[in-house]
Amino acid sequence: MYYPSQKKPPRTLYKFPGGLHLPDNKAQSTTESTVRAALPGKLVLPIHQHIGAPSQIAVQVGDRVLKGELIANPQGRISAAVHAPSSGTVCAVAEHAVPHPSGLPALCVVIETDGQDAWGELPPAIDDFEHCEPGLLLERIRASGIVGMGGAAFPTSVKLEPENSRRIDTLVINGAECEPYITCDDMLMRERPAEIVAGIAVMKRLTGAANCLIGIEDNKPEAIAAMTRAVEQQGVADIELVVIPTLYPSGGERQLIRVLTGKEVPSGGFPAHIGVVCNNVGTAKAVADAVLLGRPLISRYITLTGEGVANPCNLEVLIGTRSNELIAQAGGYTGREQRLIMGGPMMGFTLHADNVPIVKASNCLLAASAREAPNPGPATACIRCGMCAEVCPVSLLPQQMYWHARAKDLEKTQEYHLFDCIECGCCSHVCPAHIPLVQYFRFAKNESWDQERERKSAELARRRHEAKLARLALLEAEKIARAQKKKAALARSKPANRETDAGSDPKKAAIEAALKRAAEKKARLAQQGVKPQNTDNLTDAQRRQIQQADTRREQLTDNVVSDDSAQTGASKDS
Amino acid sequence: MQFVTITSPHTDRPNSVTVTMLWVIIALVPGAAAMTWYFGWGIVIHMLLASAAAVAAEALVLRLRGRPVVPAVSDLSAVVTALLLAIALPPLLPWWLTVLGIVFAIVVAKHLYGGIGYNPFNPAMIGYVLLLVSYPVEMTTWLPPIMLNQHPLDLMQTMNAIFGGTLPPGLDWDALSMATPLDEMRNQLNQNKMISEIRRSPLWGDFGGLGWEWVGNWYLLGGLILLYKRIISWHIPVAMLGSVLFMAMLFHFLDQESHPFGLFHIFSGGTLLGAFFIATDPVSAATTRKGQLIYGTCIGLITYVIRRWGGYPDAVAFAVLLMNMAAPTIDYYTQPRVFGERSAGDD
Ligand code: SF4
Ligand code: SF4
Repeated sequence: MYYPSQKKPPRTLYKFPGGLHLPDNKAQSTTESTVRAALPGKLVLPIHQHIGAPSQIAVQVGDRVLKGELIANPQGRISAAVHAPSSGTVCAVAEHAVPHPSGLPALCVVIETDGQDAWGELPPAIDDFEHCEPGLLLERIRASGIVGMGGAAFPTSVKLEPENSRRIDTLVINGAECEPYITCDDMLMRERPAEIVAGIAVMKRLTGAANCLIGIEDNKPEAIAAMTRAVEQQGVADIELVVIPTLYPSGGERQLIRVLTGKEVPSGGFPAHIGVVCNNVGTAKAVADAVLLGRPLISRYITLTGEGVANPCNLEVLIGTRSNELIAQAGGYTGREQRLIMGGPMMGFTLHADNVPIVKASNCLLAASAREAPNPGPATACIRCGMCAEVCPVSLLPQQMYWHARAKDLEKTQEYHLFDCIECGCCSHVCPAHIPLVQYFRFAKNESWDQERERKSAELARRRHEAKLARLALLEAEKIARAQKKKAALARSKPANRETDAGSDPKKAAIEAALKRAAEKKARLAQQGVKPQNTDNLTDAQRRQIQQADTRREQLTDNVVSDDSAQTGASKDS
Repeated sequence: MQFVTITSPHTDRPNSVTVTMLWVIIALVPGAAAMTWYFGWGIVIHMLLASAAAVAAEALVLRLRGRPVVPAVSDLSAVVTALLLAIALPPLLPWWLTVLGIVFAIVVAKHLYGGIGYNPFNPAMIGYVLLLVSYPVEMTTWLPPIMLNQHPLDLMQTMNAIFGGTLPPGLDWDALSMATPLDEMRNQLNQNKMISEIRRSPLWGDFGGLGWEWVGNWYLLGGLILLYKRIISWHIPVAMLGSVLFMAMLFHFLDQESHPFGLFHIFSGGTLLGAFFIATDPVSAATTRKGQLIYGTCIGLITYVIRRWGGYPDAVAFAVLLMNMAAPTIDYYTQPRVFGERSAGDD
């Protein structure tokens, strides 16, 4: 096995709890070097391939687009642009099957390619990025539609944005690729190491990190060798390549950070909270393309493997290419395919059909045979053997969370730290009772979010209702007051009339009561600190906090809903 | 093309309850063989009888509960319960007591609580304690080990004794039976004899009773198999054996003449069987690592305390059942620190 020559003594590595040694099944797809997939006749581009707000379509049916041309604009800070991966004509803007565990279709821009693959006008290359304004670099990364390519698809520009309050001291580059079967990062590191290192240099400049650690599992000697050479050749200071032991899920963002730095990302927090930013090698390459070539993210490496595929391999594919076309290029199905999985066996999700397009976060298409992924059969009762807890990389007690999730006791599941679960699948894998634990945890998370949403909307409705009542009371009071004024004026014009006076008394009382009610209501609303009225007076820090909380929520939601992380965690190795 | 959709992980699951139980059975073989060697065919007969009764009782209950019978019975957990109970029974115990014990264990201790995974108490120990409390004489009528046994019974004679209650002509129960070493030691100590005096009798070996002391080694071997196969973790056995040894040694050094040497307690009675096979029953034990240490330690302490001061010569079963009750609480208060959670001692 090849280990990089290191002048310094080898770095101390740290352990995370649990983990699994899995048969890696990576050799099948690494026998040949990566080739570019044939230009497909149609490209299907979902406008929501990332965590955050869907982007806004900027083209119309019938428009001619060139390769690299923007077809959807990011909306808001956490969003990502989408570009045309090849030249052609927009033939539809419609719902199409997309790779999502729900199996529901989503809005896509469909381009009929013209076969010319003609580039549009690209923004100029930024060669001297060391002296370029960080804002400009960030804008380039954002405009290039770059998201985390390890599976989480979180917009990279947001991750790299220097926050004045936090100092980033370490940039962690994720080349661990711990999931069995997936080899696209491995191949990328073997074949494009210089670009990856260039991208790392850009990211290092942006984050201001003093150190950069590239973590690669020791089952990828070729990648380690190639990356070591590239780091040496490019002479970027303070980039250290660290070979880490192969142990699933060491490629999970939090797990990798722990292995390399010994630090633990706080529960519910971000790596930035401990001065770390983590990015995937594929993302680094995309950053290099965007900054040094001006090219947006329109293609990626993807692994096609499993016993259901005739020639397992890696392909460089245009985003939007449909899976069945790629499978055909890998020699087609063998007839043994049982499940088609987007992502790896541990965290990937099954596709209903093979006509879904490849998106920015797709790292693997696994056509698993019945031997590779047999149906585990019906679950039996938990025997409390504790095997699940032993392998959990977060030190959770899956058997307890399962117990409470089954009883739909969501609060209890959260007491057992449900939301720290990264859905790595270790627990389900080892469970002798074959309980689909992860499925229960996903369900419990979704239920919790639904409840939260419901609670929130109920709260909102209640506030609206009260505000409306207050408004009505006010109106009524005004009306009465006006009427009274009129009457008073009338009374003044006439001599005093005892009877009318007596009659006006209850009315006066009514007016007063209404006024009082309105005032009370107002006071109550003010006391509750009804947010919409207060947002104007927020400090910058508060606003940032709110934004962060929103991002976090969104990230979490998306992660489970789309569950598309072939690897781990909320903001996993984006 | 359409595909099945199943949630992750998409892997060949390496473990199953049946395989786990099978390994427990395999790990019991050395101990059971040793018991058979020292005490004759009775052990085998009770094991077979208990297994058959357990499977029949389980099938019946499952049918009554309207649950699928075959998958539940084929997990072998009932057989494991049966073997663990049978191996603890005196070799010539009347057959109907064995059946009573195991049926009670399966029907009441296991299925009335909801079946495998839901039983708070170790079913085998419930069956054992039921028999011990209801039929103390029968349950303490042991045979002497082979080297002390002047009239070893052959297979047919053993069957007659178990199923018919008849002994070969010229033999009676008193002549045949003998107390267990724990019982013997206790009785002698109660007569205010000194250990040095007691041990002069030919009944004793190096640590415990002649013959008896070696059975424990074979349970230990089985335990190592379970540890190696990662079916149990070391926490409960080590904690339990450690605390028994600690207590025994402590009192031994305080008063050598009325407290036997520490290893006597390890190699006598159900200590080793209990430590590796009974206290580690996952369903009824504590599951967190810290909890398992506490759980094991307490079982060891209670075992020693009852043996020394309580009313029964052995106490592993009582200790296990007592701690079964505490297991959920122990688990609750010993949750591991979640990755990324700060604890008081954190930097
Ligand atoms: S691994 Fe399965 S059977 Fe064992 S404790 Fe966890 S959930 Fe229960
Ligand atoms: S899926 Fe969640 S509970 Fe299960 S092992 Fe992974 S992190 Fe732990």
